Amino acid sequence: MYDFASYTEAADIHEAVGLLCANPNARIIAGGTDVLIKLRSRDEAFVGRDFVGVTRIPGMTDIRLCDDGTIVIGAAASFAKIEGDAVIAQHLPSLAQAAGSVGGPQIRNMGTVGGNLANGATSADTASMLLACDATLVIAGAQGDTEVPLAGFHQGPGRVKLEHGQILKEIRVAKAGYEGYKGGYIKFAVRRAMDIATLGCAVMIKMDGDRIEDLRIAFGVAGPVPLRAASAEAYAKGQTLCDEVLEQIGRKCLEDTNARDSWRAAKAFRQQLISVLPGRAVRKALGGDGDA
Amino acid sequence: MRKLINIEVNGKAREVAVDVRASLLEVLRGELELTGSKKGCGVGECGACTVLMDGVAVNSCISLAVWADGRKVTTIEGVSPEPGKLSDVQQSFVDSGAVQCGFCTPGLVMAATALLGEQPSPSREEIRRGLSGNLCRCTGYSTIIDAVENVAKTRGQA
Repeated sequence: MYDFASYTEAADIHEAVGLLCANPNARIIAGGTDVLIKLRSRDEAFVGRDFVGVTRIPGMTDIRLCDDGTIVIGAAASFAKIEGDAVIAQHLPSLAQAAGSVGGPQIRNMGTVGGNLANGATSADTASMLLACDATLVIAGAQGDTEVPLAGFHQGPGRVKLEHGQILKEIRVAKAGYEGYKGGYIKFAVRRAMDIATLGCAVMIKMDGDRIEDLRIAFGVAGPVPLRAASAEAYAKGQTLCDEVLEQIGRKCLEDTNARDSWRAAKAFRQQLISVLPGRAVRKALGGDGDA
Repeated sequence: MRKLINIEVNGKAREVAVDVRASLLEVLRGELELTGSKKGCGVGECGACTVLMDGVAVNSCISLAVWADGRKVTTIEGVSPEPGKLSDVQQSFVDSGAVQCGFCTPGLVMAATALLGEQPSPSREEIRRGLSGNLCRCTGYSTIIDAVENVAKTRGQA
């Protein structure tokens, strides 16, 4: 038995928002693969809450391609759904790869991409990948929907820019976020399944011949929140792709990140990964042998 | 706070008044007396509690029972074709020596059943990945992978 006060299944997003607004003790639960674990360990942010379930809200798990090329992912779409979705496979295979690196099959069947973002973990595999895609978030609230960039959504470990009464409804990747780009995600972890990233590195790269036209690099666990490597990205633009340039990109990434010591890995080891993984992720994105 | 839910468990429609705070595993083992699904870690890491919900493998220890409302749940008790018989996956586990203490076996059989439903002829690497949510502390896994591979081969010949 879990120690919470009540459970209500929201029939639609308005009901979910209403339930949250009417009750300061209410909290969202989606796939439960994070919330129920925290409840089991008696995390006081979750004990005694009134939970509102959102996974049965119509459209909340859908993935679709809009006429303007925007990919819309319902926040309650499971990792397995993303991994197996035809739209994602065609336009954003690196996101399928990132989703496929989460936990094991049972966890991927229940855990949701929205939960992966909204729980505010820096290690979230889909967070860094979506950050590299310039994703935006549609947030439902009492005043209607608002769309905000994913960049800036994470405020600190376990903290995101969601006020009480707001629900992450959709994740959007505009055409400009993926068209012409190739993506790669490398999850560096001790085990190849059922593990949390020691470091995650996501890249989206657009080539013009052998020149890098654009490169976006995002990291998980390279700081308190998932983050982009702005100076490395700025340096990369216009460079001819070669090992020296990739090494320099790696060095620049160290300036953009803020790795720390944890029981999983030492800061020095994470810094080594930060300098090496972007190059490997680029090679992986471009179809070479870059797997970690 | 109790809620009346309708679930089809192993092909049989059941109406159960569940505590909303209960896990699916607790309802299966407690109220429905289906004790084949095991509680190992209780936090979704070991897979001993794996059941199929609408054909998809889930950890029943970290699924709320209310989430099964309106869904089909298959437990280890429901995989055999008739009482006293084993499913081909179960038989293959026996024949391949994939069972030692047996505590992980129900979960592994369910995970393997789900995997073979999605991928009828998985490679050994795909089997490893498909079973990566299940821990076994006895066998060292190789006989378990053999068991799943043997089912795929046998089904392929049928």
